[in-house]
Amino acid sequence: MSVLIYIEHTNGTVKKNVLEAASYAVAFAEKIGSSATGVAIGDVSDDEIKKVGSSGISKVIKIGGQSYLNHQKVAAIINDMANSLNASTVIFPGSTEGKGAGARLAIKMGAGIATEVVDIPSSTSPITLKKKAFSGKGFANIELTKAKNVIVISTNSFGVAEKQVDCSIEASSTSSNDKSLKHVSFDRNTEGISLPDAELVVSAGRGLKGPENWGMIEELAGTLGAATACSKPVSDIGWRGHHEHVGQTGIAISPNLYIAVGISGAIQHLAGVSSSKTIVVINTDSEAPFFKAADYGIVGDAFDVVPKLTAALKAAKG
Amino acid sequence: MKILVCISSVPDTTTKITFTNNNTELNSAGVQFVINPNDEFGLTKALQLKEANPGSTVTVIHVGPAANDPVIRKSLAIGADDAVRIDCEALDALQVANEIAAYVKANPFDVIITGKESIDYNGAIVPHALGELLGIPSVSPCIGLEIKGNEAKLTGMVDGGKEELTASLPVVAGGQKGLVDEKELRIPNMRGIMQARTKPLAVVAPTGSDVSQKVSNYDSPAPKAACKMIDANNVEELVNLLQNEAKVI
Repeated sequence: MSVLIYIEHTNGTVKKNVLEAASYAVAFAEKIGSSATGVAIGDVSDDEIKKVGSSGISKVIKIGGQSYLNHQKVAAIINDMANSLNASTVIFPGSTEGKGAGARLAIKMGAGIATEVVDIPSSTSPITLKKKAFSGKGFANIELTKAKNVIVISTNSFGVAEKQVDCSIEASSTSSNDKSLKHVSFDRNTEGISLPDAELVVSAGRGLKGPENWGMIEELAGTLGAATACSKPVSDIGWRGHHEHVGQTGIAISPNLYIAVGISGAIQHLAGVSSSKTIVVINTDSEAPFFKAADYGIVGDAFDVVPKLTAALKAAKG
Repeated sequence: MKILVCISSVPDTTTKITFTNNNTELNSAGVQFVINPNDEFGLTKALQLKEANPGSTVTVIHVGPAANDPVIRKSLAIGADDAVRIDCEALDALQVANEIAAYVKANPFDVIITGKESIDYNGAIVPHALGELLGIPSVSPCIGLEIKGNEAKLTGMVDGGKEELTASLPVVAGGQKGLVDEKELRIPNMRGIMQARTKPLAVVAPTGSDVSQKVSNYDSPAPKAACKMIDANNVEELVNLLQNEAKVI
């Protein structure tokens, strides 16, 4: 009745949302009196895999020979591992691949599945978990009634625990080979930082008056090392791409810091960003509803405040 | 080509979510229920595929009680040809996927479109679970879908980018904004609304697939403390607070 954790990598890099899922897996295993084993697949170095040792994972099974992966291949391989290790729980990071592989794996294992999970079980018989619901407008406490379960973590909700242990890697292989989806090409946004798992996000809305004014937003984001995002109207009128739209019908994010510039804060927008740890709102309208959801606010013109803020950050960083 | 669009009935995006009955139920008083926005992008894509491939049909399927018929009729008014409602109150996403898969096994489709997730439970489970149950590929979130003969060209979102894929039909695609643009969404006209009243809506008994979870109760997010206002001429104070109070930079 062991716990497995999928050690996802992106082009060979193990990202923070995976360390978060690893931390969760260790805490979950402790809670049910078991231990957590990692499974890594494909072209990723031992050094990268061993990063999860900092979250308390002491053993990772590494499956080689898979140079191209997708959620279907991952589900099939993890299913083999879950069978051979008699796993009762498989944990995934809250990534696109994690959600896709998790759902397919749940069917293969005859397991239940909970996604957007924010905390370890409050009780273990039955396993009772808290998950996000209503696009950030609420939480549901759910009881999992199956003997086996797949759990997908909500990124930036549980946090990374520092719990350094030695991490050993055991090589393994698989005969699994799902070829039903044929890869043609990747188009990764090479500029900037990936929004879904960003820790800092700078976002702007119609208050910026036009796409030509985004330079100052990108400069502020660049100074902070933040990802850029936008409101729904901005992506609807094509000032910025859909992949930057945060909100109820876009991407839901929970970074440590969310800076909203020229966004009034409609309820649909707040739903997608309200679980950010710290929210800063910059708006000309002191009555903008976003200030009620913010930690820090500045009433002022973005064209005046944003460049000054960028300069102040540069000065503070020396 | 036979296209199936799976639709969910969800609170309108402007809804303020509150709970009732000891926080065990959504307080639906005054709540307007709509087609899940991600599903509506998928429905629009299905209609575009039908128009590009003469002789195709678009069927919508919904798992839910008769009280949800208005969202089914709206889908028909937007342009779907017929509808199926599986008559049960589903308790979790796997139950929804199992019920739809059972229907599709008996009534095959070439293209199955869902939303990437519903905006109420946000599971993002149904498109992939459906693909697995039917033994066919699933791409979700999907922001591009073209059909040529027996092959689908799909664009899937991956974290920090997108991936171009191909697969043989049948396939499952989980829609969201980008599969079609917001401005391509269709508003039902009077003729569509009139026609929707007489389009076929078959009510099918559930297979009684098992349930893997239940909601004990709901919590609302913790209220925020009052916002600290900072003078626009003193942005250094904001930097100081972010570094030393919030400790986020």
